[in-house]
Amino acid sequence: MSPKTLYDKIWDAHVAHEAEDGTCLLYIDRHLVHEVTSPQAFEGLRMAGRKVHAPDKTIAVPDHNVPTTLDRANAATMTEDSRIQVEALDKNAKDFGIHYYPVSDVRQGIVHIVGPEQGWTLPGMTVVCGDSHTATHGAFGSLAHGIGTSEVEHVLATQTLIQRKGKNMKVEITGKLAPGVTAKDITLSVIGKTGTAGGTGYVIEYCGEAIRDLSMEGRMTVCNMAIEGGARAGLIAPDEKTFAYVMGRPHAPKGAQWEAAMNWWKTLYSDDDAHWDKVVTIKGEDIAPVVTWGTSPEDVLPITANVPAADSFTGGKVDAAKRSLEYMGLTAGMPLSDIKIDTVFIGSCTNGRIEDLRAAAAILKGKKIKDGMRAMVVPGSGLVRAQAEEEGLADIFIEAGFEWRMAGCSMCLAMNPDQLAPGERCAATSNRNFEGRQGRGGRTHLMSPAMAAAAAVTGHLTDVRDLM
Amino acid sequence: MEKFDKLTGIAAPLDLINVDTDMIIPKQFLKTIKRSGLGVNLFDEMRYDDDRNEIPDFVLNKPQYRDAQIIVAGDNFGCGSSREHAPWAIKDFGISCVIAPSFADIFYNNCFKNGILPIALPQEQINVLMKDAQKGSNARMEIDLEAQTITTSDGEVFTFDVDAFKKHCLMNGLDDIGLTMEKAASIDTFEAAAAQSRPWV
Repeated sequence: MSPKTLYDKIWDAHVAHEAEDGTCLLYIDRHLVHEVTSPQAFEGLRMAGRKVHAPDKTIAVPDHNVPTTLDRANAATMTEDSRIQVEALDKNAKDFGIHYYPVSDVRQGIVHIVGPEQGWTLPGMTVVCGDSHTATHGAFGSLAHGIGTSEVEHVLATQTLIQRKGKNMKVEITGKLAPGVTAKDITLSVIGKTGTAGGTGYVIEYCGEAIRDLSMEGRMTVCNMAIEGGARAGLIAPDEKTFAYVMGRPHAPKGAQWEAAMNWWKTLYSDDDAHWDKVVTIKGEDIAPVVTWGTSPEDVLPITANVPAADSFTGGKVDAAKRSLEYMGLTAGMPLSDIKIDTVFIGSCTNGRIEDLRAAAAILKGKKIKDGMRAMVVPGSGLVRAQAEEEGLADIFIEAGFEWRMAGCSMCLAMNPDQLAPGERCAATSNRNFEGRQGRGGRTHLMSPAMAAAAAVTGHLTDVRDLM
Repeated sequence: MEKFDKLTGIAAPLDLINVDTDMIIPKQFLKTIKRSGLGVNLFDEMRYDDDRNEIPDFVLNKPQYRDAQIIVAGDNFGCGSSREHAPWAIKDFGISCVIAPSFADIFYNNCFKNGILPIALPQEQINVLMKDAQKGSNARMEIDLEAQTITTSDGEVFTFDVDAFKKHCLMNGLDDIGLTMEKAASIDTFEAAAAQSRPWV
């Protein structure tokens, strides 16, 4: 048999039909659903008199719109249109008989945090969701990617997707990371190197010692932002850390099925002589704590650098950088660490897990946020929130001056009331710094949770290593 | 789905790289439970000021491009989220074809599900088409999907690639779900085999 990549192996195990021209029907093992990209799909099913093909493989949770304030049980905290979307999901979940975690359930949270937490996401699976950050689940060695609403409807109706196979790209992070450098710095640095279109048409496999050394949560952070590098999916071969994370979770296999699953999961790695269409290698020791300065996730620099000049770029990037600098209100040449911050947001499917909160709390312990700073922590799920309270992290955040919120997507995309005002500048642990992403006119700098916590303390972008 | 075969229309030049889905349709408009009516909010934050007045400099607000049916844009068009609201808004505005050096995968796929033809061409050819689009409403571009050609207002012809299956579906306005359901037996067979080999799924 010819050597295969991990992506090849998962793909081959899920082709339900292949046409002569290579167009495939790819079978989907898990379909995650949230309130924003699904109502039109369920409506389509109703109009055509169709059912959900595999309701037991379909899991829904509201996350994008839901308020994260403590009084959210009061329906008045939601705008009318948000409430309609959440109620539509309540109704669709009930009518079509799919698994559902409503807002009132302690297990509710961001769909990409809930899936792994509940053991829905397993190695070797195909996982889709009407959300581009579905790439997160690739951390388990599953093929996971975002789809549009028409495809959501297609998966609901047929449990398959019409697909053509992508190309294989290997991103290797060699060696060890320096102190203060995290999974977020890895994933941002990769995008900084390859650009936001560098992965278009590819599925990325992240590998190398620095990736192996990451916890499962760190690996989720890395895979989460594969899409910001243009790749629909990013994945990491499962290993003992993966199996240990999965074992015992509510929907993970048990007993004899666990043994059978393990037998297959242990074959899920790229063969030594597998073919790669593109290879990118970065030395772990060369990665610094980074921040973004512009309005594209590729606008990444070490915190020790200065704001770049637009004319230091080439091609269409010159005008794009000019536009970014103007939007961000920055002057070329100023040190990044001089940039003053109004707001800090810790959370999102990129960095809203317990380890992210621990990393931020480690910086904040015994400190106060800068006077006048607005700072919030939004745990990725109700269970993350409960665990953080049990570990005493919530107290550290509250004593430092942070707002301690309920679970949801929150200010990552500002569909709920958590938004930036025009000109307000935010240190964010989320994944996108596009114009208006966190609110019209809002200015976003992306970074790791520890870096965001450091900025909250000093009031400006800060090298976290100075506070360690 | 609406069929796409030929289109002769005004092309709006949007000479910007990395046009993201948050620009195409900002999140406040994702709270709809319908597919229609988003055209008025296409490129909302670039098109309107804080008081909801039109920003005259933005290309789709210029008189000559208000009826544009084609957009010519920079590299990596449609990057960002998977929101299908982006192609819904584009289509609802009246645009059925986007031409750029490259597209983000999910956006590219979503276009075909909504009767929009995305065309990727080398940068040098985009430069020619961008200049042609900048001539305004008297310059009509012609797209022929069957022949896979674009003809500029000067009569210059470029050919483009498109996946044969996607082309077939677009030209005939075919519903993907209906097509897949014809292969239900293959799906049943796969499920039966998977229930044996991967019973834990």
